[in-house]
Amino acid sequence: MQTTSTTSASHDKGLQDLDQVVIRFAGDSGDGMQLTGDQFTRTTALMGNDIATFPDFPAEIRAPAGTLPGVSAFQLRFSSFDIHTPGDAPDVLVAMNPAALKVHLPELRKDGVLLLNTASFSALDLKKAKYEKDPRTDGTLSGWRVIEVDLEQRTLEALATSKLDNRGKERCKNMYALGILYWMFHRDIAPTEKAIAQKFAKKPELVEANLMAMKAGYAYAETTEIFQTAYRVPPAQMKPGTYRNIMGNQSLCLGVVAAGQKAGLQLFLGSYPITPASDILHQLSTYKHHGVVTFQAEDEIAAVCSAIGASYSGSLGITSTSGPGMALKAEAIGLAVMAELPLVILNVQRAGPSTGMPTKTQQADLLQAMYGRNGECPVAVIAASTPADAFEVGYEAVRLAVKYMVPVVVLSDGYIANGSEPWLLPDPDRLPAIPVAFAPEGQPGTKFLPYARNPETLARQWAKPGTKGLVHRIGGIEKQDVTGNICYDADNHQHMIDTRAQKVANIARDIPPMQTIGPRTGDVLVLGWGSTRGAITAATLRLQQEGHEISCACLRYLNPLPNDLEALLRGFKKVVLPEMNKGQLAMILRSKYLIDVQSYSQVNGQPFKSHDIHAYLQKTLASLGSTGSAKETRR
Amino acid sequence: MTATPALSKKDYKTDQEVRWCPGCGDYSILNAVQGAFSKLGKQLHETVIVSGIGCSSRFPYYMETFGFHTIHGRAPAIATGVKTSNPALDVWVVTGDGDAMSIGGNHFIHAMRRNVGLKILMFNNRIYGLTKGQFSPTSEQGKVTKSSPLGTVDYPFSPIALSLGAGGTFIARGIDVFGPHLEDTICKASAHTGTALVEIYQNCNIFNDGAYKGFTDKEVREERILYLEHGKPLLFGANKDKGIRFDANFQPQLVTGADLGKAYVWDETAANVAPAMALATMNEAEFPVPVGVFRRREKPTFESGIQAQITAAKAKKKESLRDLLFAGEIWDVK
Repeated sequence: MQTTSTTSASHDKGLQDLDQVVIRFAGDSGDGMQLTGDQFTRTTALMGNDIATFPDFPAEIRAPAGTLPGVSAFQLRFSSFDIHTPGDAPDVLVAMNPAALKVHLPELRKDGVLLLNTASFSALDLKKAKYEKDPRTDGTLSGWRVIEVDLEQRTLEALATSKLDNRGKERCKNMYALGILYWMFHRDIAPTEKAIAQKFAKKPELVEANLMAMKAGYAYAETTEIFQTAYRVPPAQMKPGTYRNIMGNQSLCLGVVAAGQKAGLQLFLGSYPITPASDILHQLSTYKHHGVVTFQAEDEIAAVCSAIGASYSGSLGITSTSGPGMALKAEAIGLAVMAELPLVILNVQRAGPSTGMPTKTQQADLLQAMYGRNGECPVAVIAASTPADAFEVGYEAVRLAVKYMVPVVVLSDGYIANGSEPWLLPDPDRLPAIPVAFAPEGQPGTKFLPYARNPETLARQWAKPGTKGLVHRIGGIEKQDVTGNICYDADNHQHMIDTRAQKVANIARDIPPMQTIGPRTGDVLVLGWGSTRGAITAATLRLQQEGHEISCACLRYLNPLPNDLEALLRGFKKVVLPEMNKGQLAMILRSKYLIDVQSYSQVNGQPFKSHDIHAYLQKTLASLGSTGSAKETRR
Repeated sequence: MTATPALSKKDYKTDQEVRWCPGCGDYSILNAVQGAFSKLGKQLHETVIVSGIGCSSRFPYYMETFGFHTIHGRAPAIATGVKTSNPALDVWVVTGDGDAMSIGGNHFIHAMRRNVGLKILMFNNRIYGLTKGQFSPTSEQGKVTKSSPLGTVDYPFSPIALSLGAGGTFIARGIDVFGPHLEDTICKASAHTGTALVEIYQNCNIFNDGAYKGFTDKEVREERILYLEHGKPLLFGANKDKGIRFDANFQPQLVTGADLGKAYVWDETAANVAPAMALATMNEAEFPVPVGVFRRREKPTFESGIQAQITAAKAKKKESLRDLLFAGEIWDVK
């Protein structure tokens, strides 16, 4: 929260301009922190700031109230310039109870603002939060700007005239806090008024109470002396166009729906609920008016199998899942490889192994996506790197699947899935075409050849059951090329193994060259894939400003890799690859190119902080003798 | 509509050499299916046969229709995707007792529960054939096989009872050696709109030869087989001199002589599953073996429900791709 200009006269109290702020809301799972964060985000997006969000919540729907495992948080960062991450340390922490304070205070920037709800600081509350003494009185809070408010008492008073019972009134305390924050950060309350009216349209008393609480919070901040200054973050300079704030799972859904329409295909989603991918099933279920069929299957295997059946019959089969579900689908994905059918597998990765930490993020399913099947079983693998980027990646997955008659795995992760950012909406008319040509009716007396191939792509024809003259048999058993008849011939098997691999390899001729931030040669290339992009970009830009010869690039295509990747890697003295796994892509690149890619691994369920990447890269640069020009920068 | 040329059994044969063991019951089932299909008035290209893994699952290669030989146990799930995305197709599943009752048990029960318009032909030979002779979930207890040298400890279950429990709407049984009856049963299954199961007792002459000999041999079958006929009493025997009635607890009882008139009048469309369940679980040694239709109840199919929701949603809300993308709170940056 660095100040760029000082007091403005437009406010009763002081008004300061800032170029960015990081706020974290933390409370019990039942305290409505996600809703509060979401409201602040929408409002801020509408006010023209760039914004990035990071919801961080427990897997338990409602862990015992007031306990450490029950703490749910929502971090957002908004700015007047282009940002790449939801920020590292928050400038403002809203802690709704001692447990939230305990979990999140250590990350609050020194000198940062702590808005602390003092309503539940009884001995029992402190015990539940594992505080031996009251942190308000033992010096724990020194070094931060502490604002203590009894949010429950304040909210109850504000809602004296409401018809809700006391418990219902207390539940509005998050809106009271939101009102305070809206005043502090000079936000417009109108978007939230509208959103709350819509959300509780059938319960007018809830609308009234929530809005009363919010306005009371706003007024409280405005009138009491505790709050001396409000802050303003001017709109960001963003590329002209129409924007919408979007979460990763949402934009992934829109990407496949848009692609389905462009291709003229009915979408069929076979899915089984799994965190953090379930929202894809939820959202696509609401697109029936776009002809989207969703099938909540009995298990992960049936989910992918139904999608394969749908693709076989001429729809575009999609399945959405996370790591454990991916494991269950492996055999069926092999069938789709063998049957050479289009299939899109959306894997929203989470922290593994096994059940792991379902609500936490990780990118450790790369090798599973690449190799996690029996036999030589190549599929295309592409990765989304930000919530908005997921739209393009979902779209591209459909294009590749139908063009190459091959399964395409899309890797997203929990950080992208639930995070949000402003999305520059694409012109639907200018999205790339996705031509689909089903095999035409067969002529009498001719036999349909299911494995005859397009000489350029090596894709076979998509033959829709119900089409006259095309009856044929396919399956998971090795078959003769062209005819599709069962075939155990040694040379044919070698040929088919090579052909299926070549078909996927051919995709490399169909993808754009690598883009870099910075020159294509230098001391260090920071390479990333997926959601590490934001933190890598932020760290690299800072190091560039500090005078280092450093560039970064983010891989969308993981299989096949872009043709120009090797040359790019060889243009740098060192390639550093931050990954939220134990170095999976680094291993692939080292083995493929014999280049000494340096893995920077973090597998703690949390996204990288750009600060940590910066520090790591500084050491790498120092080892190469690069000291930079040592000029300080503001970001 | 122009009349489509009637197809013969021969039209359904493929150019692929049939590779089941000589003497396998699958040959007579193939014959019965080809016979039934030639009477259904469908065109070759309107039919899809989906199979899993096992001897029975080689079936699609021998039928001149669309065929998809998939993976072990998953045929009902794949077929559900086929039928749901294109309800106009005539979709059949060919499976076995290992494929459908063991590894694919979950998909099987959920297909039954949803009432997807699939016709499932389950070849039950009470053994694993393709893996060379291990016991299956329908093998009788105590069976000595390669994987149970001292006899099995497992209790078998009845696929018919399982299907009744899963809410199946068409459940029938045929036997490989009763060709015309099987063909007729397959035609009835085809006429049903929802999920139809035909359990087909099939002899594996290599690994479980004579499994059904006790009631299918020519000398005994008249006395041992109970043909379920809709609207007719449950009578059996060469002279129809034995019958089945149910006591107050729906336990089956044999009736003969003067009591023959008390034989239960079979109603395959009954709402109550108890009579069908009683027949499905009758002790094979003590009672005759029922074949024919256990249950036939019309109920809206899964795919029709899904398509109806889509049709209604499309009628109610027209939204361009642009409107879909440019939805919610949007703002312009100049």
